Amino acid sequence: MAIYQLNVNGKEHQVEADADTPILWVLRDHIGLLGTKYGCGIAQCGACTIHLEDSAVRSCSLPISSVGDKPITTIEGLSEKASHPLQNAWREYDVPQCGYCQAGQIMNAAAFLKNNPNPSNGEIESAMNGNLCRCGTYNRIKAAIQAAVKNS
Amino acid sequence: MTLIKTQYNRRSFLKASTLAGGGFVLGFNWLAGCTPVAEEVAEFVPPSAWFDLNAYLKIGDTGVVTIMAPNPEIGQNVKTSMPMIIAEELDVAWRDVIVEQAPLNTESFSRQVAGGSQSIRQGWQSLRMAGATARQMLVLAAANLWGVAPEDCTTSDGVITNNRGESITYGEIALAASALEVPEEVKLKNPSNFKIIGTNISNVDIEGIITGKPLFGLDVRREGMKFAVVLRPPAFGQKLESFVDTAAREVKGVTDVIRFGDKVAVLANSTWAAMKGKKALSAKWITENPLESTTYHDEELNKLLDKWTELPLRKEGSVRYDLAIADQVIERVYEAPFLPHNCLEPMNFFADVTDEKAELIGPVQTPEWTRKRVATLLGREEKDVTIDLTRMGGGFGRRLYGDFALEAAEISSLAKLPVMVVFSREDDMTAGTYRPASKYKFKAGIKAGKMTSYYLVGAGVNMDNSTRENNFPAGAVENYQVESHNLESNITTGAWRAPVTNFLAFAEQSFLDEVAATLGQDPIQFRLDLFDQAKNSPFGELGYDVEKSKGVIKLVAEKAYWGKPKPGVYQGFSTYYSHNTYVAEVAEVIMENGAPKVQKVVCAIDCGIVINPQAAINQAQGGIIDGIGHAMYGDFVFENGVPQSSNFNNYRLIRMQEAPEVEIHFVQSNNDPTGLGEPTLPPVGGAVANAIHAATGERIYKQPFVKNLKVLG
Repeated sequence: MAIYQLNVNGKEHQVEADADTPILWVLRDHIGLLGTKYGCGIAQCGACTIHLEDSAVRSCSLPISSVGDKPITTIEGLSEKASHPLQNAWREYDVPQCGYCQAGQIMNAAAFLKNNPNPSNGEIESAMNGNLCRCGTYNRIKAAIQAAVKNS
Repeated sequence: MTLIKTQYNRRSFLKASTLAGGGFVLGFNWLAGCTPVAEEVAEFVPPSAWFDLNAYLKIGDTGVVTIMAPNPEIGQNVKTSMPMIIAEELDVAWRDVIVEQAPLNTESFSRQVAGGSQSIRQGWQSLRMAGATARQMLVLAAANLWGVAPEDCTTSDGVITNNRGESITYGEIALAASALEVPEEVKLKNPSNFKIIGTNISNVDIEGIITGKPLFGLDVRREGMKFAVVLRPPAFGQKLESFVDTAAREVKGVTDVIRFGDKVAVLANSTWAAMKGKKALSAKWITENPLESTTYHDEELNKLLDKWTELPLRKEGSVRYDLAIADQVIERVYEAPFLPHNCLEPMNFFADVTDEKAELIGPVQTPEWTRKRVATLLGREEKDVTIDLTRMGGGFGRRLYGDFALEAAEISSLAKLPVMVVFSREDDMTAGTYRPASKYKFKAGIKAGKMTSYYLVGAGVNMDNSTRENNFPAGAVENYQVESHNLESNITTGAWRAPVTNFLAFAEQSFLDEVAATLGQDPIQFRLDLFDQAKNSPFGELGYDVEKSKGVIKLVAEKAYWGKPKPGVYQGFSTYYSHNTYVAEVAEVIMENGAPKVQKVVCAIDCGIVINPQAAINQAQGGIIDGIGHAMYGDFVFENGVPQSSNFNNYRLIRMQEAPEVEIHFVQSNNDPTGLGEPTLPPVGGAVANAIHAATGERIYKQPFVKNLKVLG
């Protein structure tokens, strides 16, 4: 075990963990931030998506030892008062069914829109293709992202 | 208004506690509240007292109302739509409603199950009565206070007004109302006066979902809790002989290794340590039962399809004779693989079993049945076992089975610690309760340009009845026979969203499309003619309503411009009645780079009154996308008892790029509502296959389509 210094949502955390521990489990089991979800453990479903600096990454496949001093943002830290344009759009379109994948969808979309604020429909689809929604809310996710683009 | 007796599950309406008990609640979870706008949250003043009017609701002295959501929430949105029904009859403004998930409580609530698309249909009457009973007690209390007759009082948005113009809020009169007897009769609203039902109400958990609040089973945390990851037999048919846990115990964070039955649980301080510990176990397995492979199921199901039975499930006329004298016989076989459920939240459950009690918390569709089995397993009385429900990251039938809750209870009981059992994705996919593999053989006899006989034989793995013998076209064909054969297997199988019909409808609707094409008839007209036959001179009993069936067909034909597609667009039709709801769908396929692509599905639904349109549309769209995904890509092969897919790198689910546009239309209706969790799924595979045929001339007889249609491969 080693001790790691992490910056999560603007707060410093000291975590003692094995070097191979995925950040997903550090967030959930060590720090107690439960918004980041476990879906597959092999970066195939996107439920665990967080931001490392400005990039969307699959936290289930990101070992703690590889984070360094890069700041982490999770769904809990995406916005001050749940007021990110995507969160507003998710409300407006009442996107979720079961809701389990949605934090990952929002985090993935947020990083994508930061790099591409005015995407085409095809660009949205290909950016979001790595995030599974088992309930099939894809059309609403797409509509909500399009609305967030318009409103931001 | 409708006057109805309250004897139906009357226990629910008895006051849950006396005034002295007060129903005084502190620290309730505002996150389950229904006011989605952040700034309004700040204005919320918690009531200083709550008054229970019945088990479903309590009213705070400020007028805020807490409504219990009785049924498990798996994404079908009952946590929002069931309380809407109560709030409607109570006549309160939705902004004053807070929703809480009810724990399992069979004394107060009936049928706390998520399954069969039945929550709304079976809850409708009791939910209305819960609201109406409370409203009536509030009105009576106010009338007593004013010395007027209850008939001289009206209610609106939680305020009672009398004919003198005086008014009082529910919050102000709740104390007096809670002391009254529960009325013998209640008046229900006329649906034309509904103010909440039929409007778009946001998911009550939307704030929690979009901000990452701990709503789900895997988010349960308790002091001293250990995470348990379980090693289970790798093949169906195997049992545990022995295991070595030395390396597992050396993994940092692992606190214990416990054998229970043919499984080994690794307990640890973190999920990751428990997963690593499990990987470090080495086990020897012995084969006690046959190790089955997909090729074996294939051969055995084929044999069963060739077996005539003397005991058909339904029989009219003589199919044998009519097929023998027919001008033409069309015979087709349709085949479906096993399917895992793949809820995005893997199976999990929390249990804390002590000498006194067993406390369980988690995602399960059948809490009552699960409690019974936990009590039996632990040798406890049911009253000493509690089950609290969390929001569920999907159900699809998998969470009916509760095996994960039993595992948690057993491990906690052995470890004498609070434990959360966590399935890895691989555990979830390979230790499943699968949609059974099945095959159907159809024969249609054609005489003088008409289908005069219809024969269906189904064969499925662990399927007592692989058919729905009274469904269409039963009653519409003179000579009709349906049979079913079962293939026993040691692979665990069970309900998967729209059990049986999730594949049977594809087979039937593909076959009818082919019969219509053979007859040179329009596929919709062909079915409408059959429905007319069933209505005007039926052959035997009908298991469906002809007018409702025709209603959705006509609506979808109009909305989809059936028969008039845009250039380059190919249409396919399908219709199916399941779970008390009528659905018809038109799929539109285009050719892209030489391969068919589903561009759009238009769907018409008759589910009676639509409680919450935006959520109903979401559910209906999801069922269609789910149905297309599994018809196109879902495949699950066994070799020697071992599942050959274990995670999303080797099991394909539909993704955003493959999801078509979906347009939903509801038949306007004042009939009592029926469910929507399942009914849009069964017909869509057939609609897509029929559209692909229109586009390519190729028929599909086997799922998944990608493996069995060369233009898709």
